[in-house]
Amino acid sequence: MNKPLSEQQSLALRRLLESGLPLASRPFQALAEQIDAGERQVLEQIRQWQGQGLFRRVGLVVNHRALGFAANAMLVLDVPDALVDEVGRRLGKAPGINLCYQRPRRLPQWQYNLFCMIHGRQRERVEAQVQALLAEHLLDDLPHQLLFSTQLFKQCGGRFTAPAGACIDG
Amino acid sequence: MDDLDRRLINRLQLGLPLVRQPWQALALELDSSSAELLDRLHELLNDGVLTRFGPMFDVERLGGAFTLAALAVPEARFEAVAEQLAAMPEVAHNYRREHHLNMWFVLACASEQAIRDSLLRIERLTGLVPLNLPKEETYHVGLYFPV
Repeated sequence: MNKPLSEQQSLALRRLLESGLPLASRPFQALAEQIDAGERQVLEQIRQWQGQGLFRRVGLVVNHRALGFAANAMLVLDVPDALVDEVGRRLGKAPGINLCYQRPRRLPQWQYNLFCMIHGRQRERVEAQVQALLAEHLLDDLPHQLLFSTQLFKQCGGRFTAPAGACIDG
Repeated sequence: MDDLDRRLINRLQLGLPLVRQPWQALALELDSSSAELLDRLHELLNDGVLTRFGPMFDVERLGGAFTLAALAVPEARFEAVAEQLAAMPEVAHNYRREHHLNMWFVLACASEQAIRDSLLRIERLTGLVPLNLPKEETYHVGLYFPV
């Protein structure tokens, strides 16, 4: 009854989704009409893609500066290798941490291996938030630095991934 | 932007329900109507408060290679180097940060080899050696801006 989309149809659907979801009261019906398929088929395919992790959600990219999130800070820590996974997972769950990654140290220029991104409205608030966070997780003794961004030169070019819409974060 | 706009933005950042009439579902939650919510979303996109509404693709699943890189640029040359990078299509974003390593940018290329080539090109172009800091482990990705 609800047969899956043909390969051609699902490819066409992927393309359509790259430019976003139609602003319609029945967006999946609107998409279905464009690829000559049924609404349920389209919905099923999209649910499946989400389940497989092709995308995390159907959501928004906000212009965070336009919304007043002017304080963009990168918290970097030098965490002993044996602890970095555990600390990364814990900090990753903390409120206010938007992104959390492990990256390589490059000694002697760069000693930090854990990176967290925090976006806030005011610098002082972000600083206080980070202090509280480190204290709460008993991490204040670890070498760390908070690098605020002061200027944005290019927000989201990246021709290679541009169709996907989502801002990439390396 | 009023209270409904804010509630809509916050709610949509968590994801649209994947049902046939998602706006009706949200209208119930937000005590509004489908038509009103769609109008609001349309406006917010038009005004540039929002830059995309749709699936948030996991770029790594789409193939390609990414890295975060940093440069220590002499102050006098900062603008010029920023312009050199801005002209490169694979530079996805570029921030000035308060640090000796004062320029931080993301490279998005089709392959690991292309990333290496791009870093070499930047080195030749600027005479500065970029620090290459690719992701080794992801612990959390969840951009959320409560408004």
